[in-house]
Amino acid sequence: MAHIPDGVVSFPVLAVGAAVTVAGCAYALKRLPPERIPQAAILSAVFFVASLVHFPVGPSSVHLILNGLTGVILGWAAFPAILIALLLQAVLFGFGGVVVLGVNVMNMAVPAVICGLLFDVLYRRTGDSPRLAALAAGFCGGLGVLLTTLAVALSLGVSGREFLPAAKLIVLTHVPVMVVEAVFTAAAIGLVLRVKPGFIARPGLSPAWERVE
Amino acid sequence: MSGLHRHTGSTCLLDEACADHACLHPPLERGGLIQRLDPRSRVLAAVSFALLVVALSHLPTLAVAVALAVVAAVLARLEVGTTLRRLLALEGFMVLALMMLPFTVPGDPLFTVGGLEASRQGAVQALVILLKANAVVLMVLALVGSMDTVTLGQALRRLGAPEKLVQLYLFTVRYLDVLHREYRRLRTAMRARAFTMRSNRHTWTSIGYLFGMLMVRSVERSERIVAAMRCRGFDGTFPSLETPTRFQRPDGLFALASLAGMVMLMTIESL
Repeated sequence: MAHIPDGVVSFPVLAVGAAVTVAGCAYALKRLPPERIPQAAILSAVFFVASLVHFPVGPSSVHLILNGLTGVILGWAAFPAILIALLLQAVLFGFGGVVVLGVNVMNMAVPAVICGLLFDVLYRRTGDSPRLAALAAGFCGGLGVLLTTLAVALSLGVSGREFLPAAKLIVLTHVPVMVVEAVFTAAAIGLVLRVKPGFIARPGLSPAWERVE
Repeated sequence: MSGLHRHTGSTCLLDEACADHACLHPPLERGGLIQRLDPRSRVLAAVSFALLVVALSHLPTLAVAVALAVVAAVLARLEVGTTLRRLLALEGFMVLALMMLPFTVPGDPLFTVGGLEASRQGAVQALVILLKANAVVLMVLALVGSMDTVTLGQALRRLGAPEKLVQLYLFTVRYLDVLHREYRRLRTAMRARAFTMRSNRHTWTSIGYLFGMLMVRSVERSERIVAAMRCRGFDGTFPSLETPTRFQRPDGLFALASLAGMVMLMTIESL
C-alpha cells in the first residue's frame, strides 16, 4: 500500500517526498557508524522478507507494512533501510514507481522514525517488564500503519481532489492491517526482549547501535 | 507492502513470495543488447525516461512511451509471462482508486452505472495514469531489473550514491537470500507441528515469534560478520565498489538512441 505507482501524485508532493527522503537518509547515515552497517542491513532484509508474508484476515489476506517494527528496532536507520527495501521492490518486482520513490519512502520512514522515538520514551518508563515493553511495541506497530495510511491518503488527497474518496477508502481498509500488525509486533519484540535483552535495552536510550561502546 | 489480497487457500503462505524470490537474483547476462551496456548508462537512461514520462500528459505521447518501453523490454529479453504478471500486479487499492476516477472527476458523461455517472475526463485521467505507471515499470524492469543486483550497487556508487548507503544496499541484497532460506526452514518446522495460518491471534502471534527469532539469529549472525570483517582489516570501504567499468561505443550509441527517443516524446507531446 505504500507503493504508489508513477503518474499519480502531483509535482509538489513529489518534490517534498524527494527532499524529505534525501534529508532523512543523509542524517541517518551520518549517525550510523560503519561497524553497524551489517546489522542494519540484516534487519532491513528481515523486513523485506517479512513483508512478503500474507496473513489471512477473515476471507481475504493482508501484507504487513512493518514500518513500526522497523522504527522500533532501527531508529533513524529505518530511513535508509526502507529506501533500500523499496528500491529493490521497484527494480526487481515493479512495485511502486521510480520518480515517486521519495514519496513512498517518506510515507513509510517518517512514521517509522516517529514510532522508534516514541518506543524509546515508552520503553524507559516500562522499567524492566518485558510484557509492558511488548505492549508498547505493539502500540507502535499499529501506530506505524495508521500514520503510513494517513500519509498515503494525504499524498493522494493533496495531489487531486478526485482521489479523496479513494484516500478515505485506503484508511478504512487498513484497519485490519493495523490490528494484525500490532499483535505481530508485540509478539516479535516480546520474544526478542526475553531471548536477547541487550538487543533493545539501550543504556540511556538511543536506538540499538547508537550507544557508544 | 500491504493491501488487501484474496486469500488463496491455507497452504499458500509464501508461494507468491517464493516465485518472486527466485528473481531476487535475476539471471546473469543473457546476451541481450541491453546487457552489453555499462550499468551506469542503463540506470541513467531509466531514470531520465521515468522523469520525462511522469511529466507527460497526452494519451498519444504516452502510447509511444509504452511502445519504447516494450522495445527496451524486447532488447533486454525479459520473460513475457513474468513481466506481464508484474505489470498486472497493481496493488488492490490503486486499482480501486483508478476505477473510482471516472466517477469522481466531473465532466462530460460517458456512461452510467447504477445511477452514478462516469465522466470522459475521469476515464482519460485513469488511462493516463495507467499508461504512465506501466511505461515506467516496464522500462525500469528492462534496463535495471535485468541487471545483477550487485552490479546495480556498484553502478549507484559510481553515480555518486553515498558509500554507506551502497554498503547497506549490498549487505541487504546478500542477506535477503540467507534470511529467506532461514525463514522457510522455520516455517517448515512450524508446519511439521501442524501449524496452519488462520485468521486468529494465535497465527499472528506465532508468526511474530518466528520473526522475533529470525531477528535475534540475524543480529547474532551480523555480530559474527562484523568480527570476521574486522579480522580481515575492514576499514569502512569496499574496494570492489571502485572496480572501473568504462563507457564504450555501445554506450554512446545507446545514449544517442535514448536521447532521440526522448526528444521524439517531447515533440509529440508539444504537437
